[in-house]
Amino acid sequence: MFEAQAAEHAGEPPGLEHVEQTAHGAEGGLPNPMHQFEIKRLIPFEWFGFDASFTNSALFMMIAAGVITLFTLFAMRNRSLVPSRLQSVAELSYEFVAGMVRDNVGTAGMKYFPFVFTLFMFVLTLNMLGMLPYSFTVTSHIIVTFALAAFIFLGVTAIGFWKHGLKFFKFFVPSGVPVVMLPLLVVIEVISYLTRPISLSVRLFANMMAGHTMLKVFGAFVVALGLLGGWAALAFMVAFTGLEVLVAFLQAYVFAILTCIYLNDALHMHP
Amino acid sequence: MDPAAAKLIGAGLASIALVGAGVGIGTIFGNYLQGALRNPSAAPGQFANLLLGFALAEATGLFGLVVALIILFVF
Repeated sequence: MFEAQAAEHAGEPPGLEHVEQTAHGAEGGLPNPMHQFEIKRLIPFEWFGFDASFTNSALFMMIAAGVITLFTLFAMRNRSLVPSRLQSVAELSYEFVAGMVRDNVGTAGMKYFPFVFTLFMFVLTLNMLGMLPYSFTVTSHIIVTFALAAFIFLGVTAIGFWKHGLKFFKFFVPSGVPVVMLPLLVVIEVISYLTRPISLSVRLFANMMAGHTMLKVFGAFVVALGLLGGWAALAFMVAFTGLEVLVAFLQAYVFAILTCIYLNDALHMHP
Repeated sequence: MDPAAAKLIGAGLASIALVGAGVGIGTIFGNYLQGALRNPSAAPGQFANLLLGFALAEATGLFGLVVALIILFVF
């Protein structure tokens, strides 16, 4: 899968011609729903043999960073005691994430609040930008979400070892189980710990990709059924778009809250 | 068997994983409603857990969908 993503970064995904052929052959000229995930080089750039081009993915990440920065700066420019509507939105998002960190990690975790807040706002903005027509969903690429998840995993593990030293290995030994069961359970615990970055990244990527593919397929149905029959498909489309906005928020929330849960595990080990 | 046909059958089989996601999401929302109707005052406190459970259950089924899409579009 990762090789495929890398190949997609390098240019045309493998077998795209073939896929388009089958899609056209089976559905009678429906557009390829995977076309929206294609990465385009906006400014080609080679760096010591690496393809470091400025792509549409990078562009949307920069837009997201810009939107978040401008929004928070503009919303909080007055800092009035009685907040304006925009300031309320900024305070609401701050309070939301702060409450999430406080509930799941405790006051010891507030040190890591800026990271979780940045992560939540970044993923949320990328997901929401992806909902705009003709835009590009950065989080629908596993390479992006896996990089985020791998960074979180490594960081949280480093925090665990830094806080507890070698005692952190006790995390893999569940307390209160018979010694006979331990060899099996420790292996299971280690595997479940190591799959965390994979499940964290695939969850976000799969939700985004599946949702956008579904929207594109239904959009093609609307066009294919035409003026007479397209209305039913269009109604579905509207409902699914609403669901996708919910999923876009929910996945950012889940991504952030799981980061909090992993942080809590690293800071407090067994609760 | 024709490899193209086998590919399509494999993708269809992989998307059966979504059955499990459907069952899981139904169980989560059904049990939440059951609990919420028994004790409405405790319901809002568990809403975050509901969303977390929904997202976790949905993602498990989507892993199967990803496998189906990989079979269709990568190989």
